Amino acid sequence: MDNNTFEPTIIGFTCNWCSYRAADLAGTARMKYAPNVRLVRLMCSGRLDPTFVLRALAQGADGVMITGCHPGECHYLEQNYKALRRFLLLKRVLAGLGIEAGRVKLVWASAAEGAKFAAETTAFVEEIRKLGPLAWGKDEGGRMKDEESENSSFIIHPSSFEKEVTP
Amino acid sequence: MNQEKIGVYVCHCGTNIAGVVDVEHVAKWAAEKLGRQGVIVARDYKFMCSSLGQELIEKDIKELGLTRVVVAACSPHLHEKTFRTAAKNAGLNPYLVELASIREQVSWVHTDKAVATEKSKAVIAGAVSRVIENRALEEIKVPINPNTLVVGGGIAGIQAALEIANAGFHVYLVEREPSIGGHMAQFDKTFPTLDCSACILTPRMVEAGTHPNITLMTWSEVTNVAGYVGNFHVTVKKKARFINEELCTGCGICEEKCPKKVIDDVFEAGLGYRKAVYAPFAQAVPKFPVMDKENCTYFLKGTCKACEKFCPTGAIDFKQEDQLVHFDVGNIILATGYDLFDARRVSNYGYGRLPNVFTSLEFERLSNAAGPTNGNIVLRDGKSTPKSVGIIHCVGSRDKNFNNYCSVICCMQGLKFAHLVHERTGATVYNFYIDMRTAYKAYDEFYQRVLEEGTLFVRGKVAEVTNAARDEREKGKLIIQVEDTLAGKQRRIPVDMVILSSGLQPRRDSKEVGKQFGISCSTDGWFTEKHPKLDPVATMTEGIYIAGCAQGPKDIPSSVAQGAAASARVLDKILQKEVTLEPIKASINAEKCSGCRICNGLCPFNAIAYIEDDNVSNINPALCQGCGTCVAACPAGAISGTGFSDEQIMAQIDGLLLRTLEGV
Repeated sequence: MDNNTFEPTIIGFTCNWCSYRAADLAGTARMKYAPNVRLVRLMCSGRLDPTFVLRALAQGADGVMITGCHPGECHYLEQNYKALRRFLLLKRVLAGLGIEAGRVKLVWASAAEGAKFAAETTAFVEEIRKLGPLAWGKDEGGRMKDEESENSSFIIHPSSFEKEVTP
Repeated sequence: MNQEKIGVYVCHCGTNIAGVVDVEHVAKWAAEKLGRQGVIVARDYKFMCSSLGQELIEKDIKELGLTRVVVAACSPHLHEKTFRTAAKNAGLNPYLVELASIREQVSWVHTDKAVATEKSKAVIAGAVSRVIENRALEEIKVPINPNTLVVGGGIAGIQAALEIANAGFHVYLVEREPSIGGHMAQFDKTFPTLDCSACILTPRMVEAGTHPNITLMTWSEVTNVAGYVGNFHVTVKKKARFINEELCTGCGICEEKCPKKVIDDVFEAGLGYRKAVYAPFAQAVPKFPVMDKENCTYFLKGTCKACEKFCPTGAIDFKQEDQLVHFDVGNIILATGYDLFDARRVSNYGYGRLPNVFTSLEFERLSNAAGPTNGNIVLRDGKSTPKSVGIIHCVGSRDKNFNNYCSVICCMQGLKFAHLVHERTGATVYNFYIDMRTAYKAYDEFYQRVLEEGTLFVRGKVAEVTNAARDEREKGKLIIQVEDTLAGKQRRIPVDMVILSSGLQPRRDSKEVGKQFGISCSTDGWFTEKHPKLDPVATMTEGIYIAGCAQGPKDIPSSVAQGAAASARVLDKILQKEVTLEPIKASINAEKCSGCRICNGLCPFNAIAYIEDDNVSNINPALCQGCGTCVAACPAGAISGTGFSDEQIMAQIDGLLLRTLEGV
């Protein structure tokens, strides 16, 4: 499949207070954006365990978008900074695993930024389209191998992954 | 295959969803393909949120014995509560219901019907996988302390305190200045009715000061807030007044006898003097003065004590120290007000450099009968009356170099100044405005009145105020350089006095205060309300409310309305006697906890404490706000979070990608 016909699948993580509401606003305002993103609502971007991202990539996502409140506007005061720390570390881990760092993106979107949410989503889909499908767990034809046998090795327990950097 | 019996309900939302998503097909697909996940019934219906739609779900729960419900409809922020209540009515734990947003996230944002239908399936599959991992949760109920803390004794705080006190509940009103009254006490007249500000404010101040249900603490600051809705523990620092409040009668002799004059840059905006021991203004509440330690001759040189010698009741106490007062409250209202924009920042308007450029607050004092000039509008020399006055609007507001927002009150303030100058001096008055904003009751009528009085209006943003004269006409004057955008030409207008209608800014410490009370600020620094339209006085932190300019620029009527609104919300909480908290909380499994303490520093609510004896950390559920940051951080996987557990989220990810995996 060439990159022009390739439709990426993207998992988006949103926080309950800002970016999920930005997605809601994009909807209420009938803004159109690429349909490739499927959202998971967390209470806070600080809830984002990097293993969620790895799980999504392992289970067939081609890219992961992490979204949260703008710095300084976190509903939980400062937890989005912790998401930022984990994001930066995660990019290095992904590079170590041979995955393009560009497959994971961090976007700040306030509850008022439906337009930003829509635009960033569409832009990210195009970025991933350029990168092409992620071959993790897929055979050469892009189809999934038998999930029971193959994917079990990708299920990573939180304890096997050091996630917190002390500032 | 799991043991759950899941019902999937796909809403048409009229044509909102059904117009783009093939809902019948989606429901059929869910019934056929998600059977392995435990879906035993899938239906579509015109309006799931209608009472008939809810009854449909309730009936299935009762008759088919559903153990989990997925409603594919709108955003959970809209109808999650509706469907949870429906489940509860049918005897199912409300937290076993999951919403799949196929309206805001699908039908409203995508146009391709086939793609939208496929995405809806994925979103539903995600919700189905997730709901299997949902656990029955019980709402948490905690009792509410009926006392309330109001921070800030301006008009918004006074109003809020009085409403609650009049309803029979106790209020602690804390103000950091020596007197309550706030900015309103500094004003001369209030627009648009031109009521004397002191005349309408003073009775309220006295009422608040003498109310049996109000404990007034001025010259005090909140230093610590701990706890949560219904149970806040507050520490207030009562700064030493060096006056024994028990003995002081407020006679004012100490102030009269004090030999030390100090420029009063708070109440008199730098235009007048006060003494080292002073009450900021005649009608100050409480009546007790404060001693300014920085300037008092006794504190500086060790001698003087004139005040002590003359005090008839022996109330002067040079040994008094700051005092920490602790008390508990159930709710808190923050009405901390605003700071005036510092006009020095707009250097091209010359404030601070050109003597006859005044700020709005300076003009308020100048025109105030109780002010330093007894209400005479004069130039900085203290005697000459201006013959022409230019009033510049939007100083520091609607300007990308300073603040983008509109400060709301400046247009009306500028018009009020124009009227007062015209009335008292007969001077020619120019108003320079970008747009004239006179919304609200009787405001535009006031504008019309000022127009009829002969005030000249120039539409255009002033480029510069200068004293560099180009000709005889401009000599000794302040020249206002402006593009008159209606006439389409540049003008130079010489005037004697310039008044800058400065904008409002958040308090310089608003971010720290916000952090202290656990609420957030906008990028500008105003406190963020829970909802900009539907919940303007509540905040994201339960039990903390905001009122007045702390929430954003506003006029006096709006501040009073917000003060009253916030108090109504507090009374509602008090009368409920207990508060229900969402059961989204983290907890630590002590068996797995290694005592590494990584989580301790991550919690901004101080909910996690390390128990030394057991070498484990422990989460106080009452303080936990449920963000889940510690859950994600625990290297041992010892922390779990209800409502958003690892299992739920992992299952949802798998579900969302299920179709990719199976290639359905």
